[in-house]
Amino acid sequence: MYGLAVNTHGHNYVVEVSLKGEPDPVTGMILDLKELKEILNRQVVAPYDHRFLNYEVPPFDRVVPTTENIARDIWQRLEPHLRQENGRLYAVRVYETADLYVDYFGDEPCST
Amino acid sequence: MFHVTRRYEFPASHRLHSSQLSDDENSRLYGKCNNPYGHGHNYIVEVSVRGPLDPVSGRAVDSRLLDELVKREVLERFGHTDLNADVNFATVVPTSENLAAQICSLLKRNWSTVFPGEWPRLEKIRIAETPRNIFAIRADEIE
Repeated sequence: MYGLAVNTHGHNYVVEVSLKGEPDPVTGMILDLKELKEILNRQVVAPYDHRFLNYEVPPFDRVVPTTENIARDIWQRLEPHLRQENGRLYAVRVYETADLYVDYFGDEPCST
Repeated sequence: MFHVTRRYEFPASHRLHSSQLSDDENSRLYGKCNNPYGHGHNYIVEVSVRGPLDPVSGRAVDSRLLDELVKREVLERFGHTDLNADVNFATVVPTSENLAAQICSLLKRNWSTVFPGEWPRLEKIRIAETPRNIFAIRADEIE
């Protein structure tokens, strides 16, 4: 089913995190990017970076670390920390390679 | 629901020239793109697919099946060709707008040959003829 991907292999994952909301009338920002960077580093980069995902980073001891599952896990790690009054997490995009990426917008129903 | 995008590239040539306009009008409208000998692009095509996660594989789409479909219907059909000579452009100008619509339509028409189930579904096509000129169409916008 997975072809060459059954062998252990690495990617330089690139993650894009998008927020959506109204700029704060005083700061003109939805969220201070310095603060966003700290949240990203703490919630995602620190636990993931240079780790063997299958062994060292739950839930990937139980869940196949496909790029789809990684995008959802990153969403779940970030979403509770990005509930602003004026905005919130909108999308997580994970590039597995420059030619293949996954977008996750939270738990959307599979409507037709 | 997950949205998976795969990127492909193929070279092709085209000439923008409408049979409904005079030579002068074509030249004024399309400028350099009306050059009688045509010109080439390395088209970059992004194919976006959406669907729920398969509970067994943990994936929303088998990218090898998508590659097979895109290779057959798009890359082998249009790669290294003169788009103006393609039967799909017999009546419409091979602008990248029309190319995006043709690619979307070809994939949509042949989708069930590799994806017979309800999911995944074709979501949209995005085509870049240069890094600055990019065209997109949603699959539900066309037949």
